[in-house]
Amino acid sequence: MSPHQIVLDLQDWLALFGHFLGLSLMSLGGAMSTSAEMHRYLVEQHGWLSQTQFNEAIALAQAAPGPNVLFVALMGWQVGLNAGSSVAAVCGVFVCLVGILLPSTIFTYQVAQWGHRNRELRAVRAFKQGMAPLVIGMLLATAWLLGSGGGGAGPKLWLLSVASGLVIWRTRIHLLWLLGAGAVLGAFGLV
Amino acid sequence: MTQPTRPGPTSLTDLFFSVTILALQGFGGVLAVIQRELVERKRWLSNEEFIEDWAVAQVMPGPNAVNLCMMIGARHFGLAGALTAVAGMLAVPLLLVLLLAALHAQYADNPAVSGALRGMAAVSAGLIAATGARLAVALVKNPVPLAWGVAIAAASFVLLAWLRAPLAVVLFTLGGLGCLLAWRRLK
Repeated sequence: MSPHQIVLDLQDWLALFGHFLGLSLMSLGGAMSTSAEMHRYLVEQHGWLSQTQFNEAIALAQAAPGPNVLFVALMGWQVGLNAGSSVAAVCGVFVCLVGILLPSTIFTYQVAQWGHRNRELRAVRAFKQGMAPLVIGMLLATAWLLGSGGGGAGPKLWLLSVASGLVIWRTRIHLLWLLGAGAVLGAFGLV
Repeated sequence: MTQPTRPGPTSLTDLFFSVTILALQGFGGVLAVIQRELVERKRWLSNEEFIEDWAVAQVMPGPNAVNLCMMIGARHFGLAGALTAVAGMLAVPLLLVLLLAALHAQYADNPAVSGALRGMAAVSAGLIAATGARLAVALVKNPVPLAWGVAIAAASFVLLAWLRAPLAVVLFTLGGLGCLLAWRRLK
């Protein structure tokens, strides 16, 4: 990554933390939905991240296993590195990740507990069950977007997606076998 | 609460590692892995419960996979379970992603590495589609009339995958329609 040096004082760290705390409650549908605002703040307004670093954080987190919200941790890591030390980088990880997660997690916890206590209410049951068709449509859309790889997926890659989908649907084989097979096929350029 | 015969995490340690292991299998969609691991294999919750918890996790702010695991942890061990599940979801994947970031600079241009990632993404796409197919069976028992349910699922797919409509808009319109239809059938 290209060198991109910045200076952060305590007030900047607090501002960074506050910014992510604020974004947390706006992150409906996942933290990625607020990434445009993160870009405006980190890249355009403060210049704490370069454009390339911002893009790489998102791309890396999507390629890595685990929840996509980790792109936020990577941004914090890179902001800290830009500020000059790996201690600052660790600091950046915690400031950004705790900031983006704390408010939404507390809020969701409270609502989920309330919903569980009132699960016999007609409105609660209607909400939970009425969302089911949408949940299925969303899953199929996610699969489509991931499978088409931004429009670059060839017929062999589609075949691999369809074949693994069928195997997963009809069997209870452990996923890691299939992920490993996909990795090997891809590494040897077979798909 | 859950019946005593119902399988569930035996301890906070079991919960932590179960969540960590499923998080590590999620390339582009941890939710589908949760369905696979916790519903199909461990049977901690049924398909219907999974969909219901997901509906809550989805409309709340924050990452939905983290929200969902937190709710499952809370169901079994209260606040301690919620915190353990969130930690399990994030701790090891966080270390791994930082390690990958460190290696990235050296191996980004290696065709074998990018090929392997492409292959794993294709398998994940298959997994997520298969999860959708399995959950679609639950629509038969749903209070939303089946024809409406299929229509809403199809419309949300077209809006999100082909027309790239913003998720929030689809959630409030088609999700709201589903809730209204369910509300009329329930009493």
